[in-house]
Amino acid sequence: MRHGRYPFVVGFLAAPVLLYVVFVISPYLQAFYIALTDWKGLSATPRFVGLENFTRLLDNEAFWAAVRHHGVLLLAMPPATIVIALLFAFLLNVGGGQRGGRMTGIWGSKVYRVIFFMPQVLAVAVVGALFQAIYRPDETGVVNGLLAKAGIEPVGWLIDPDLALWSIIGVMVWQGVGFYVVLFSAGMSSIPKDVFEAAALDGAGRFTLFFRITLPLLWDTLQVAWVYLGIAAFDGFALVQVLSVNLGGPDNATTVLPLEIWRTAFGPFRFGYASAMGVALFFMTITFAALTLRVTRRERIEF
Amino acid sequence: MATDTEPKAAVRAPAPARGPRAGTGNTPGVFGTLSHLALLVWAILIIGPILWTFLASFKTNTEIFGDPITLPASFGWDAWGWAWEKARIGRYMLNTVFVVACSTAGTMLLGSMAAYVLARYSFPGNRAIYLLFVSGMTFPVFLALVPLFLVVRNLGLIDTHLGVILVYIAYSLPFTVFFLTAFFRTLPTSVAEAAMMDGCSHTRTFFQVMMPMAKPGLISITIFNVLGQWNQYLLPLVLLTGNVEDRWLITQGIANISVSAGHEANWPGLFAALSMAIVPVMIVYIVFQRQIQSGLTSGAVK
Repeated sequence: MRHGRYPFVVGFLAAPVLLYVVFVISPYLQAFYIALTDWKGLSATPRFVGLENFTRLLDNEAFWAAVRHHGVLLLAMPPATIVIALLFAFLLNVGGGQRGGRMTGIWGSKVYRVIFFMPQVLAVAVVGALFQAIYRPDETGVVNGLLAKAGIEPVGWLIDPDLALWSIIGVMVWQGVGFYVVLFSAGMSSIPKDVFEAAALDGAGRFTLFFRITLPLLWDTLQVAWVYLGIAAFDGFALVQVLSVNLGGPDNATTVLPLEIWRTAFGPFRFGYASAMGVALFFMTITFAALTLRVTRRERIEF
Repeated sequence: MATDTEPKAAVRAPAPARGPRAGTGNTPGVFGTLSHLALLVWAILIIGPILWTFLASFKTNTEIFGDPITLPASFGWDAWGWAWEKARIGRYMLNTVFVVACSTAGTMLLGSMAAYVLARYSFPGNRAIYLLFVSGMTFPVFLALVPLFLVVRNLGLIDTHLGVILVYIAYSLPFTVFFLTAFFRTLPTSVAEAAMMDGCSHTRTFFQVMMPMAKPGLISITIFNVLGQWNQYLLPLVLLTGNVEDRWLITQGIANISVSAGHEANWPGLFAALSMAIVPVMIVYIVFQRQIQSGLTSGAVK
């Protein structure tokens, strides 16, 4: 058994580890150093400037606009997605009530699940291009065309600074709900059916079932969903890049940090400054994840 | 078998028994109707835009700018031809097929090799390497963006498909290793041991015994990687920086047409291009939807 063991282990690990360290680990580590330099342009040599990039970020309006938008995203997108997905998952799994002593899903739940998940497999760039047509500001846009039938004036979904970010959040929710319906369904199916059945026999209605049984027993899955969606709230790059007017516009009304990083790095090639934004984004994401796990920690329910 | 799985129980449900249900306190009729209404509305919100894109590819500019919910007057493939040839979606799609085929194959080979060793052999540093891989799932890609560009450029691989392929493999490894390590751990040890007794080398045991046994897991994660890499937008945008339009990938092409469609005033062409990007993915999804859903969510549940 032991013969040739170590050469085998090393042989099998060498290529993947090498590739991973070169293209994933080393860039992450380098980012922290580059953030402390004034590296511009492709040929110039970097000069160490300490925290200067970070102090300059404090005066950068686009940076603060982006940070504010992450705040809005974080407060709006995960709760909306989770509430809608939770409702649908509940209906699909136990919404049919009790039949022959068993809790059943609503009629057609399998088809719904397949449909709801669809946007998840579409490329974000494709979804962005699609919704650009749907959100067009005059009556040629699908939404405005439908509104016009009801006699409502066209709305500038993506060109109105007060509305643009919300329009983009709408697309995020549209795309995300299906994944969480499936995720919550998986969570619900690991709750033993007899818990529901016993409660239903004792006269619990659907609302009681949902709030007293499903929700508490699903806590772990909800926590995972919250972390995932929170991290997604710190992204949004492709959607904003494709959907927004003038990259993050109008007037920085929709910009997000990833877009600013990309614009700063590959527009004027200000690598140091862009990396500083990357580091800022990294700490925001980590702080969010750590806070969530800490605040939502509770006793595990065993079943 | 006594344990009835969830979806099956749900499918059985088109039951005649719509009568009173024991124990549910609400009036079933109203609740049921409202539930169906909510689900139906959301289903239409999902299907609607996708179907509309598809139909718009057969419309004329005037039809698109008219009533948004009419059918096209005639079904012609002109816009599809334009998108495929003139807008070069065909080219981008072939590029993408090539890149995704190579990188998914590479991801699966390297990922399963690493996962197998990490799951079934104990050696100093095993845990550390596993954590190194898995930690990659938690970092924001944007932190690595600038240095990644520089690393690839220094290797002389910027603006090449090889560069994109290697980066795709590297960034797909964390989830692949995470998923497959868990999977290899669940496989019985006795078969591998028997093969070794019969004089199989470690390498041969892996390729001829363990890989076939791990097929269900490998299939799930392969589809997951194919879809993820097919839909990737950020990495090609950074690694194929623009002067090499010949080598662009499909999502880049789509984003580009979406911007230029306004100038060229060829809206049907845009929708044909979008449809071309959507159709293959939809086919893969419909065929493999069970594996895709379980693959995508398995990382999150337990």
